[in-house]
Amino acid sequence: MGSSKDVKFCDFVVKEAIIPELEARDRAGVIREMIDSLAKAGAIEADLVEDLCSEVTKREMKGTTGFGKGVAVPHGKHPRLQKMVAVVGRSSSGVDFAALDKQPVYSFFLLLSPVSDPERHLAAMNVIFSNLQVDMFRKFLRQSDTKQKIWELLEEVDQSSRV
Amino acid sequence: MSFKAITPMPTAEREVIIANSLGLHARPAMQFVDLASTFSSRVIVQKQCGECYEVDGKSVMQMITLEAGVGTKLKIRADGEDADAAVRQLAELVENKFGEE
Repeated sequence: MGSSKDVKFCDFVVKEAIIPELEARDRAGVIREMIDSLAKAGAIEADLVEDLCSEVTKREMKGTTGFGKGVAVPHGKHPRLQKMVAVVGRSSSGVDFAALDKQPVYSFFLLLSPVSDPERHLAAMNVIFSNLQVDMFRKFLRQSDTKQKIWELLEEVDQSSRV
Repeated sequence: MSFKAITPMPTAEREVIIANSLGLHARPAMQFVDLASTFSSRVIVQKQCGECYEVDGKSVMQMITLEAGVGTKLKIRADGEDADAAVRQLAELVENKFGEE
């Protein structure tokens, strides 16, 4: 693994915003539902929702963040964001996210970062992708059907990576 | 039965420094992998940070785990028939800041 010892899931994933069963069935819908959830949880300002949706969708259209294995990590930056926040979403039926392997996506991490701190953004992406490459992590994440179960999985990872 | 001389597999490597201010985030990682995948050689990218960490240069997910911000030193290595061209073109992509600032 790289060097992101200092960033953990619990530092940036907003527990209250976690969506154990996404209602959206398409790419733009998933992005909107996840950003809405962050706003409802008070993690981002409500008047930023539109901007962020278009930013993340625009980014996604330039190149999918569905890199395969049933996972995707849509993300974006905004100058008005004060701190980095993320939300986890799960779809038991899967969503066509134009993934590189053309397979449906079941697990999403949506990450929003301030423009001012690219290093922290890279650290969070490292934490996310290091874990998404672990078969057991993906399997457990896909099976976790409540907010609490998803959060406990992230907590477990945070604790096991503590040196 | 005949004995063929075993010719060693061509290999090449080069050190580069990440120069774009945003570092190796998702889009540059994809650019790198797209280019690496045009070569038949195996491509490995190493980061020196205490212990050496290396990833498959043809996997976006693995490339992102390099957590390579601006100024990070990486070693690009290729093993295969087109190793030289692979390393040269990939190094140029990094040095040209992936078309960013």
